Amino acid sequence: MSKIKVVHYINNFFAGIGGEEMAHVGVERRVGPAGPGLGLAAALGDEFEIVSTLVCGDNYFGEHTADAVAELLGYIRADQPQLFIAGPAFNAGRYGFACGTICKAVADDLAIPVLTAMYPENPGADAFKKHMIIIETRNSAADMRAAIPKMAACAKKLAHGEEIGSPQEEGYIERGIRVNYFAEKRGSERAVELLVQKMRGEQPVSEYPLPVIDRVEAAPAVKDIRKCKIAVVTSGGIVPTGNPDRIESSSASKYGKYSLEGMERMDKKDFLSIHGGYDRTFILENPNLVIPLDVLRDLVKEGEIGEIAEYFITTTGTGTSTGNAKKFGEDFAPKLKADGVDAVLLTST
Amino acid sequence: MKLELGKIFIKDVQFADHTYVDKGVLYVCAAEIEKLVLEDSHLIACRVELAHPGESVRIAPVKDAIEPRVKVSGGQIFPGIIGKVNQVGCGRTHVLSGAVVLTVGRIVGFQEGLIDMSGPAACYTPFSETQNVCVVIEPREGLETHEYETAGRLAGLKVAAYLGEAARELEPDEITVYETKPLLEQIAQYPDLPRVGYLHMLQSQGLLHDTYYYGVDAKQFLPTIMYPTEIMDGAIVSGNCVAPCDKVTTYHHLNNPVIEDLYKRHGKDINFMGVILTNENVFLADKIRCSDMTGKLAEYLGLQGILITEEGYGNPDTDLMMNCKSIADKGVKVVLITDEFPGRDGSSYSLADSTPQADTIVSCGNGNVIVNFPPMERVIGTLDYVEMMIGGYDGSLHEDGSIEAELQIVIASTIANGFNKLSAKGY
Repeated sequence: MSKIKVVHYINNFFAGIGGEEMAHVGVERRVGPAGPGLGLAAALGDEFEIVSTLVCGDNYFGEHTADAVAELLGYIRADQPQLFIAGPAFNAGRYGFACGTICKAVADDLAIPVLTAMYPENPGADAFKKHMIIIETRNSAADMRAAIPKMAACAKKLAHGEEIGSPQEEGYIERGIRVNYFAEKRGSERAVELLVQKMRGEQPVSEYPLPVIDRVEAAPAVKDIRKCKIAVVTSGGIVPTGNPDRIESSSASKYGKYSLEGMERMDKKDFLSIHGGYDRTFILENPNLVIPLDVLRDLVKEGEIGEIAEYFITTTGTGTSTGNAKKFGEDFAPKLKADGVDAVLLTST
Repeated sequence: MKLELGKIFIKDVQFADHTYVDKGVLYVCAAEIEKLVLEDSHLIACRVELAHPGESVRIAPVKDAIEPRVKVSGGQIFPGIIGKVNQVGCGRTHVLSGAVVLTVGRIVGFQEGLIDMSGPAACYTPFSETQNVCVVIEPREGLETHEYETAGRLAGLKVAAYLGEAARELEPDEITVYETKPLLEQIAQYPDLPRVGYLHMLQSQGLLHDTYYYGVDAKQFLPTIMYPTEIMDGAIVSGNCVAPCDKVTTYHHLNNPVIEDLYKRHGKDINFMGVILTNENVFLADKIRCSDMTGKLAEYLGLQGILITEEGYGNPDTDLMMNCKSIADKGVKVVLITDEFPGRDGSSYSLADSTPQADTIVSCGNGNVIVNFPPMERVIGTLDYVEMMIGGYDGSLHEDGSIEAELQIVIASTIANGFNKLSAKGY
């Protein structure tokens, strides 16, 4: 059986090319394992082969990131590895950034598993932990002996497509992905235990550490609404009859953009709501309650607003992940801008 | 208030020509149930089907689950709805424990769910382990949605009360006595133990998202105080319609796990003082008014710790956080119980809102995870609505009857009151 091919990335220091003073060196390919790769190869065992070691100075990578990534990807594509490993970077910030960047590029470009390792406070950890497995190390190379076996164990699982366990089991930095499991005790019993601990003055560990949620700053007020072009965007799930884009009634994975041309008002024959999170009875009778086209047309005639965009953008808000919602916004906001829209009427339900 | 709760353990359910219990088997008379249900002219057909654990059966769309109970003394079950308006929570109540009435039928909203009695998805709902009397209803043509919801809700409660009557004269297999005293006496009973309360947030986002307390629509009340035993007699019933995974069914109100688990430690390491009820109204003024009041009531009761549960996700997350902040700011230690909706890849925010005071949370699992449901030999109800139900999507239902959908399509799978063992952790 042929061996599983691995390409390993390290910086100039771990490749034995000097220290800080040599961090400007560019990309170099060496055949076989080098530096920490020797220990890694031993830990991976006979089933794996580190076919090449790619080396780059951290300053070169940081200052010429696009070039370095392109050059590295060229070598990696040629080697056709089934697994890519970078580091460990410990607490070296620029090295951590390089490991995360090249791992992400390889995962995106070659669609193979990638792995790196660093200290949790390495800025590269925060920047890349959502995108890949980063084995947790201590803050210096003195931890190499402990880091290598953890990297090898996880690398084997990744290469074989085996399930990766929890951060505690595998020793990686939590990526922030929420995974279900069955606890030993039911939730209410666990909650009472946490409360008793908390009342004793302890601070028990929360099962869901609340993230700091982004707050979107309100845009500055429009200067003269009588000259503005207004578009309507809604999370109220209004779609043309038949729901042509099959937008979900909850947990939407897409949004729709539909024409308002030639319409004086939203007719219940043409539009309905597929939103699963509110009582649609009134909206089904009168979709203008969510897309107030009737009133907007009047306001244009009365000169109260400049004009309206001849389409609306819509999705279902209920259960839709913030990740998807953000993606929709990033996708349609430039289109609105390109169409000369000055302000958006955002209707929720 | 002191309630004797006597459980008769039901290990099987079968049809018979009259309704009775013998040696742990509940025998049900389908004809009598159908007659009872069809007293309501909004409904034109009713069929009773039985579902047992381990069978190759899928039940959908499920509206509510209700446990048969009867008041042997101290009032009438489901006060203000089935029973007359009367004070419950005292006396003796008998329970057919292990039997459940499920109301099933054409969909009302998008909010009904499914139950598998066997297979890999059965573990997500408690109703795969109960002996189920499925009441499959059909509404009159053109029946308005809210009237249909009311008819379905009342049908389930009536059948549960009817079956509960079979327990009236039985000798329970187990009797548990629950007691909470009036405030000053309760404080005096365990003066050295920390005083703990429970804030029970009732779903009240609006039509089809309602809960009833003694027959009163929860969105019309202001936060109030309840003895924990009242809930065991059906003081609170579900208005059925919220995302299936999150649905606090009437069964779950009767068997509220937070109340049970607080009573287990009552007099040992806590002094369980009682329940504060509040709602989850959609207007900001209501949210502010009610969360101010929950903080005030927690302070007034002298609580040192409190558990908070919610029903639903998204909009009610704001109520959850506002209640948490309001109560924590009174110096009360707060633990929240909730479920998570971080998207199918599990990497988005799990909740729609947050506050720094929400530092201790119990998770009842991630409702967005994709689950595969293999085909079942028998379907009770219909699969016609699977792709419209919450958790379903275009392509969810396959030709062979198998389903791919988000876990949230399963009734009470991530119920945010801690009833289940399902949880989520960071990977």
